[in-house]
Amino acid sequence: MITLQTVITFAYYLLTAGAAALLIGNFVRTKQWDRELLYLIVLVPFLLRVLRLK
Amino acid sequence: MMNRAAVRKALLGVLAVLFVGASGKSFSDHRRLAEPVVLGPGVTRVARLADYHATLRGTANDINLYVLEGREPGGTILVFGGTHAEEPAGRLAAWLIVEHATVDKGRLIVALSANRSASTVTRPGAAYPPTYTIPTAWGGQAFRMGDRWSSPLDQWPDPEVFIHYPSGQYLAYSDIRNLNRTFPGRPNGTLTERTAFAFMELIRREGVDVAIDLHEAELQYPVINTIVTHQKGQEFATMVSMMLTDMEGFSIGTEFSPLNLHGLSHREIGDHSQAVSLLFEAPEPFLDATRGRTDADVLLSGQDEFVVKAGAHGLLFAPIDERGWPIATRVGRHTSSVAQTATTWSEDHPGRAVIVKNIPRYADLLAHGVGYFLRDPARAEPGRVAHE
Repeated sequence: MITLQTVITFAYYLLTAGAAALLIGNFVRTKQWDRELLYLIVLVPFLLRVLRLK
Repeated sequence: MMNRAAVRKALLGVLAVLFVGASGKSFSDHRRLAEPVVLGPGVTRVARLADYHATLRGTANDINLYVLEGREPGGTILVFGGTHAEEPAGRLAAWLIVEHATVDKGRLIVALSANRSASTVTRPGAAYPPTYTIPTAWGGQAFRMGDRWSSPLDQWPDPEVFIHYPSGQYLAYSDIRNLNRTFPGRPNGTLTERTAFAFMELIRREGVDVAIDLHEAELQYPVINTIVTHQKGQEFATMVSMMLTDMEGFSIGTEFSPLNLHGLSHREIGDHSQAVSLLFEAPEPFLDATRGRTDADVLLSGQDEFVVKAGAHGLLFAPIDERGWPIATRVGRHTSSVAQTATTWSEDHPGRAVIVKNIPRYADLLAHGVGYFLRDPARAEPGRVAHE
């Protein structure tokens, strides 16, 4: 049970980091300022989780 | 044009980093706040919960267990606050017991943060204050406000449905992180289940006679101002409630733990150990869904005009008026209830007596407030301060 949960948690953090990387990529590529703002706002909770702050 | 876009991206990026830094610092400060506990004259040693289940070692829930031993052998009473870390009166009552109580006969074991992980996070979207401060003559002591459930940083993910072990009863998915739904726990389960299992091991190995779980409840919840008891303790708990109502100046009822409602301490500790299990409920208007502004002031004063209005419409199970339910009243109910439980137990079981003295009682709390009884860690003897 502990091992299974550890594996799932690890996979979850990988997914979170992957989503954060996609958002950062989109932020860099877009040319519209409102999109840039949107990507950064969405990015915040992903970063907080990857950094194990929230 | 390219340069303008690059400058804009850089500025927005810096803004995002600042936002993550500021909010991250707030979350981190809350999670790492070390709450000092001055070891009172009755504390003879401090054990750890992981001593009873090694897989907790190094986790958020490897908590302190304060042991107060008398000179004469007798029985053992376990008192634990912080099962639900958003119910501060339970933690504070246990705090005052550790800082003041002395034991002549038998043993008292006290936990202040039964689910410490839950005390390091607040409820998402509920606007809880991260901390609250109890004013004292020496300045004030800050405490973590917590949540009902373990932090997702310590236990994740939740299942679609939580199947309680060993009953197989289906419970709400998030209650797999609720310590008071995971008793008796399992040794290879989630962090919260292992915490419950460690408490059960403590109770079994130390021969605990009475286990007391300290809680608070919203006034819209029918189980309030009461002692919930396992069937093994029905007469005993009824006597305690009668004595409290007669002698202490507040009314408290008795309710019996439902046979088929699993995971709760009052059911499972009684079913899976030799101990009589009791759960005390005090009123906490802060938790009511109809509350107004949600801040530390409401948490401590227990005053809320919207909850009063709900009471005027007959929607509550406990009385409330403009005076509210201040923290001193709620803590005093718990400390007096613990003291009376020890007295009644000792009268009924002289061979397993637990004679406890110097617990601040209901009248003391009403007269002086909670802060009066919190000891200043700066003036404590060396080596007599622990941290939660």
